[in-house]
Amino acid sequence: MSTEGIGIDRRYARAFSAIQSFAVRYGLGIALVIVWEYAARKAGSIFFPPPSEILHRAATLWLSGPPQRLFLSDSVFQDVIPSLLRLMGGWALAVLIGVPLGILIGRSRNLSDLVNPALQFLRAIPGPALIPIFIILLGTESTMRVTLIAFGSVWPILLNTIEGTRTVDPVQLDTVQAFRIPRHAQLWRIVLPAALPKIFAGMRVSLALAVILMVVSELVASTNGIGYRIQNAQIMFLLTDMWCGIVLLALIGYTLNWLFLKFEGRLLGWHRGARGRAATS
Amino acid sequence: MLAVERFHHAYTPEQLVAANISFDVKAGEIVSIVGPSGCGKTTLLKSLAGLIKPTGGTIRFQGKVVQGVPDGLAIVFQEYGRSLLPWTTVNGNIELPLRYQSITPDECRRRVAESLQAVDLSGFGERYPWQLSGGMQQRVAIARALAYQPKLLLMDEPFASVDAQTRADLEDLVAAVRDQFEITIVLVTHDIDESVYLSDRVIVLSRPPSTVLAQVDIDISRPRDQIKTRAMQQFVEKRSEIAQMIRRPSGSETHP
Amino acid sequence: MSDLSGAADPRAGFGQARSFAGPYLLSLAATAFRVVLGIFIFFLILELVTRLELVPPIYLPRASTVVRRMVELLQDPKFLSHVVATLYAWGVGLVLATLISVPIGILIGTSELAYKMTSPLIEFMRPIPSVALIPLGILLWGQGFSMKIILVAYAATWPILFNTLYGVHDIDPIAVQTARCFGLKQAAIVRRISLPSAVPFIFTGIRISAAIALIVVIGAELLASADSGIGSYILFVSSNGGQMDSVLAGAAIAGIIGALINSALGLIDRRLFGWRYLGATLS
Repeated sequence: MSTEGIGIDRRYARAFSAIQSFAVRYGLGIALVIVWEYAARKAGSIFFPPPSEILHRAATLWLSGPPQRLFLSDSVFQDVIPSLLRLMGGWALAVLIGVPLGILIGRSRNLSDLVNPALQFLRAIPGPALIPIFIILLGTESTMRVTLIAFGSVWPILLNTIEGTRTVDPVQLDTVQAFRIPRHAQLWRIVLPAALPKIFAGMRVSLALAVILMVVSELVASTNGIGYRIQNAQIMFLLTDMWCGIVLLALIGYTLNWLFLKFEGRLLGWHRGARGRAATS
Repeated sequence: MLAVERFHHAYTPEQLVAANISFDVKAGEIVSIVGPSGCGKTTLLKSLAGLIKPTGGTIRFQGKVVQGVPDGLAIVFQEYGRSLLPWTTVNGNIELPLRYQSITPDECRRRVAESLQAVDLSGFGERYPWQLSGGMQQRVAIARALAYQPKLLLMDEPFASVDAQTRADLEDLVAAVRDQFEITIVLVTHDIDESVYLSDRVIVLSRPPSTVLAQVDIDISRPRDQIKTRAMQQFVEKRSEIAQMIRRPSGSETHP
Repeated sequence: MSDLSGAADPRAGFGQARSFAGPYLLSLAATAFRVVLGIFIFFLILELVTRLELVPPIYLPRASTVVRRMVELLQDPKFLSHVVATLYAWGVGLVLATLISVPIGILIGTSELAYKMTSPLIEFMRPIPSVALIPLGILLWGQGFSMKIILVAYAATWPILFNTLYGVHDIDPIAVQTARCFGLKQAAIVRRISLPSAVPFIFTGIRISAAIALIVVIGAELLASADSGIGSYILFVSSNGGQMDSVLAGAAIAGIIGALINSALGLIDRRLFGWRYLGATLS
């Protein structure tokens, strides 16, 4: 057998396994979309338009602008961008408040015990229940929405940061104490990195919560935003538009989560490595 | 170097773990503390380091009473995996305590390199602790203690979590370190053989509430060898002497 | 894949990993005291802040006023029927979601191929905010219970499904290998090893879903101007102005209900699966 033959076989084998893994990963999703397309066309229900129609409408809605603006249409700038800005603004606010506050509280066992019941209560208030309060107190502009998003999504970060700060390994604390490392350095170089995995877990949950709060806040008494568009589509019975909004939100939620995981992976690579080792040793 | 007077510690008023422990450690000695489980060896060591305040007695380090962690001592824990910081490299771990000493960055780098060489891990500076084996991790912990240039090195069952072969290497490392750096070493261990092999003197504690049963001088000549020394008559005798003291049932007598 | 160990469970209150040192009753009393003290101090702070009247009291009444209103509401049968309506939709939706996701999750989790095929899909479906489907739900099913229940069931399915999958699929391989060495067949392995070790994860999924379900049900009530439910009550009192105390009281009661549910589930979790957290403390 010639070496050339083996080379070709290997290339085929690699191509085949690549196709195989693609099929396994995306096959089900693609199949479902195809089924939906076929069923929707056949049944003709207005409530579930075929995916091709949704995609077409989405392109019209968002990608029919001039080339200078990357083909983005006005709707993107009127609704999508403001929504995203409010979302990220509210979430960032939650992080900026939640992490330092959480570390402060977490350092003291007594304080965190005392504060816990109040936090459990505040965190359990369902976001939608707060909307009327916030509207009355802060109006219907972006300030209200950003504050609502921040207020609603700070709790997972705060609670997880407190937990992470409290559960720093006592051996690590003994070690830095024994080496007479000053207290401020202890906080910055040991407590914070040790708590970081839990903090990140809290941030991730917070992000998902922030997306929910953004949508909910825009479904009520708003004048722009993705949620507003969905609400508007409901009133005007424009089902395809509504589905466009839903799909867009799915994409946003998925992308944000994916981005966050990548970011977390870079910062917490050591955590995965250390844990992986602990699992096998 | 170190003077312990009537050390006495109770976790709670009912749980008296150490009743009366007194001993001295001279500069440059290697002293082991052995005793049955629960006799407060670790508590004693942490008190020597100033991490715990004993309920009674005085500990003097270099003449001054220990209140809080004094300058000039370093400690190596049994759980190296939890003592090394996983988010920074070996180099990062070793130089962390040095950042808060008043030394120049050059001196810092030199010390890190020197201590890595002393523990035979010269190429591993940029690795992360979890990428190393257990024995190597403990060596990094020892290097970190060495770079700190302490006068007194405390070790709490440092080789208990390490396999037997690596333990032998690490024991020899400790002996070499004492010679090279002229530091004093106090070592807590449950391994009697190890204590006899390594030390100049072994302090034997009783069962809780513990007191000092005896201080056994080990005058076996140095340098010691894992195989030859352990086969020597002297070694075997000392070892049995200590083992009997620990196993003896009347080892729980308390002396007020 | 996201981390679903107990440590990453955001619904956990802290202190769960504390070891059980000391007499049980003593620590129970101490905990109860701390909880009461914490609540009391919280109320005091709120009362002081609201008395400062940084915002006019019609907009932000005193904490004591709100608490008084809360007590009134909890004795008002009309309001209580709202609470029951909300909890009913919440509960039925949650149970439906569990009945659907757990069997499916187990089935998928035990087949390597099925797992590989479905997990990308689930990863995509999970981040969709279910509240975005409320308008669609209103169009499809109106403003009544069916709409609420279906939406809650949809929202609650994903965390439970995901956790079940993870629990069944990502178990300790050593346990499975040991079982195989003892000659256990696949079905027996599933029954005796995969399922029992998956149960704590399934329960974690249920805890997460319970919280999400509450958000969805109250959100649906609020947005659909449903005729029953805490959400609809809050909407009603907020549109007829000047009743801020009722609005706040309604939201606060919703919060207390949520907190009680979370705590109860947490307690059950620790009772049944306390062994998980014990392991965590020791390491």
